[in-house]
This record gives sequence, structure tokens and C-alpha cells, in this order.
Amino acid sequence: MASYRELLARVKEEIEEISTIEAHERFSSPTPPLFVDVREPDEWEEGHIPGAVYVSRGRLESRIEGLIPDKTRPLVVYCSVGARSAFATKVLEEMGYTDVVNLAGGFSDWKRNGFEITIPRVLSAEQRARYSRHLLIPEVGEEGQQRLLDARVLLVGAGGLGSPASLYLAAAGVGTLGIVDADVVDESNLQRQIVHSTERLGEPKVLSAKRTLEALNPDVRVLPFQERLTSENVDRILGEGWDVIVDGADNFPTRYLVNDASVWHGIPVVHGSIFRFEGQVTVFRPGVGPCYRCLFPAPPPPELAPSCAEGGVLGVLPGIIGSLQANETLKLILERGDTLVGRLLLFDALGTTLDEVSIPRDPACPVCGESPTITEYVDYVEFCNAPVGGAR
Amino acid sequence: MTRVRIPPTLRAEVGGAREIVVEGSTVAEILEDLAARYPALGSQLLRDGELGPFVNVYVGGEDIRTLDGLDTRVDGKPVILLPAMAGGAGGR
Repeated sequence: MASYRELLARVKEEIEEISTIEAHERFSSPTPPLFVDVREPDEWEEGHIPGAVYVSRGRLESRIEGLIPDKTRPLVVYCSVGARSAFATKVLEEMGYTDVVNLAGGFSDWKRNGFEITIPRVLSAEQRARYSRHLLIPEVGEEGQQRLLDARVLLVGAGGLGSPASLYLAAAGVGTLGIVDADVVDESNLQRQIVHSTERLGEPKVLSAKRTLEALNPDVRVLPFQERLTSENVDRILGEGWDVIVDGADNFPTRYLVNDASVWHGIPVVHGSIFRFEGQVTVFRPGVGPCYRCLFPAPPPPELAPSCAEGGVLGVLPGIIGSLQANETLKLILERGDTLVGRLLLFDALGTTLDEVSIPRDPACPVCGESPTITEYVDYVEFCNAPVGGAR
Repeated sequence: MTRVRIPPTLRAEVGGAREIVVEGSTVAEILEDLAARYPALGSQLLRDGELGPFVNVYVGGEDIRTLDGLDTRVDGKPVILLPAMAGGAGGR
């Protein structure tokens, strides 16, 4: 039988320790070690070493391999004064981590020396409960959830695609959602536009959506733009600063306008379009991948471009495509996974098939190419009605 | 034998078919075969014998603009015709 003091003394003999002065030198070096904070959550929230990985002592064994798969990575383990972390250091060595040292004096001594600390912004108890399923995913976690809460997404259109996209983005805690739409809720919308409801008939769509989304999640602020996006207002609206644009417009002039403006403002666009049983989704990321004009240099003639109002659409289709748009948007915000940049996804609801084609960047693109010929807004209605001729 | 996917906005021209089996070893030959059998489709796709700039053609998932254009060999790979679609289902 050993007392706590004896146990601690024994463990300290078996591990390596460094002083906070030495740790800070390594911290400031070009190849700093990874700091591992094993304190309790409330201690972490009051401040920690910048860049440290957090795992409470109680969950160390079960979580660490997921957090730090590379067992050769140099680690500095710390707690408040260096006792709990001494035991943690020993455990990590036993688990096969080959370069682990304990921070003697711990975070208290680090702070006493006036070294850098980070005070994390923390989620409230309500947020912790609301986003618990996100917090459990390593790719999201608390940091990712904070990113979502800080994010600003502009939805062009509060219709078939904008409905599911905005609902899932609001539910996910995307903190600011701008919505541009000039229309009011009509009976024929309700077969698919699930952000609205029968009691909202005649209400502006942006206000109806705002009510639904803010009721779903009080963390979300909805900025309504009850207007049609035009060459005149696009710079004002985009100029409010957005991380991502979700394009769910219902006409070609707006599609080309959104494209040109997003290239010039440097904002990625998550594009979705639908007709009858088929949908297309992709991501246009200025400077990284192709733009809408690289994909479709010219709009089809009007007889080949019927709208959903003319040709119809299966109600659930925008639900599927708009949800895929929400998925791409979340990944862009979180900077996780592979987005659809350079790939166009084709969904056929009738055959339930998903196809993919690649979209090359066009060096001769008039907007995002090497020597652009379109550098300011054009008359998009005229551009889309102009007779298309010639080969490319 | 090559399968060509017909986009929804062009299906009226081919009697509603989603896919058509055609003959030809290059994209040009395939489009000629399609146009011969479905003149209405041909007149939509081809302007003065050239492909309209609003229709993309993919062979095996690659845009023929990055391959050999109309001379791209098909080699039994699926062909997709794809004009842009505008719909966001916003309209009334």
C-alpha cells in the first residue's frame, strides 16, 4: 500500500519533467511540442496554454488516441501544479507515447511567469445541451461549434432550396443567416418550401423564414433582405460580409449575377438547382476552383430553360438538394472534409442515382479566367435572353 | 453502343426517354446519330453543326472541353448531356 504522496513521488521518479521556462522556450521554437491539458473543464475554461489539446484526466485513456494518433509526437502534459499531469504522463508512456514530459509547476507556474495564455470562449449550458451531438464529433467539437456560431451565411432565395438549407443551418447554430427574397408566401409554395406554413400565406418570405428559424434556434440572428438581388443592390448586400453564399435562386439572371459578384467579393458559393426529378449541386470557390461561368459559359435559350413554375418539381427534391447544400456549407465553415469544388453532383430522384462529373476551371473564363473580359456588372436579364450562337 | 443521358429539359424532344442508346465512336458521331433520329433534339443541341455553348457534354464524367472536344472517343463510356438548370423552386 502506498499513500498519495508516496505514489506521486514514485511516479515522478519514473517520468521526465521540464520547467515552465524550458517549456516556454520549446513553445516559442519553430517546432513546438503539443501541450496536453488534463485539468477539469472549468479550469480549462478559465484559461489555458495557446494551442493546447484538452482532455480531462478522467477521459485521458479513452480519448487520447483519437485526439493524438501519432504516438511519436512530442508532448508536454500539464495540469494546475504538475501532480495530476505526472500520473497522466506515466499513463501516456504506458500507452506507447514515446516523447512525453510533464510540466513541473503546471499552468499556475506558467501563468506566474507571465507567459501567453488563451481564455476560451465557452458555450453556455443551454448551448452545450443543444449542440451536444456536434460536440461529440471530433471534426466539429467545441471549436467547430464556435466557428458555426460566428459564421455568416447568405441565402439567395427562401424557396425550395433555401427552406431546408436555412433550417439545417439554423439548427446547426450558424449564428447569422442573411436571406434575400422579394416574394410573399403563396399556396403553391407549401408543397416544398418547408420553412413557411399555411398561416404565413401572404407574408413576405424573408419574414416568415426569420420567424421559423429564430423559433427553431434562439442563437441564430436572421437578417432579412426583402428585395430581388440586382446589379444595383448586390454590392451593398454582399458587402455586409459573408463566409458562404447558398445559391437557391430560381432564374438565370440571378445565377450569373451571384456568380460574378461572388468572384469579385471572394465568397464561396454553394450552388443547387433543380427541375422535376433532377438536381445539381456544386461549390464554386473563387481562386480555388471553377466558377459558374466556367461550368456554363452561356445560359440556355428560354425554351430550354423552363423554371419549376413552368415545368414542376417533386416536392422532396429541393429537400434533398438543399440539404446537400447545407452539408457543403457546414464543411466550408468548419474547414473539414472534401467539398464539391470542381465536381458537379447530379441527383436523379426517379432512378435514385447519384452521378458526378468534373468541372474544370476555364483559363479563358470571362470572369475568373487569366484575362477577364467582364469586370463589372452587366445587364443580366439581357445577357440571359440574348440569342446564343456560335461554337465554343 | 453508347448510353447517352438526356437531361430533363430535353426529354420532350425524345419522347420522354431518360437515356438513349446510340451508335458512333466519337462525340461528333454520336450527336449526328442522335440528331438524325431526333431532329428536334438535334436542332436544340447543334447550331450550324456545332454544339451550342449552353450544353455541356461529359464522357466518363469528364467535360469534353478538357478532352478532344467533339473528336473525343467514347469507347463505350456513358455520355451525359447537361444544359444548365436555373430552378431553385422559389417561383410561384
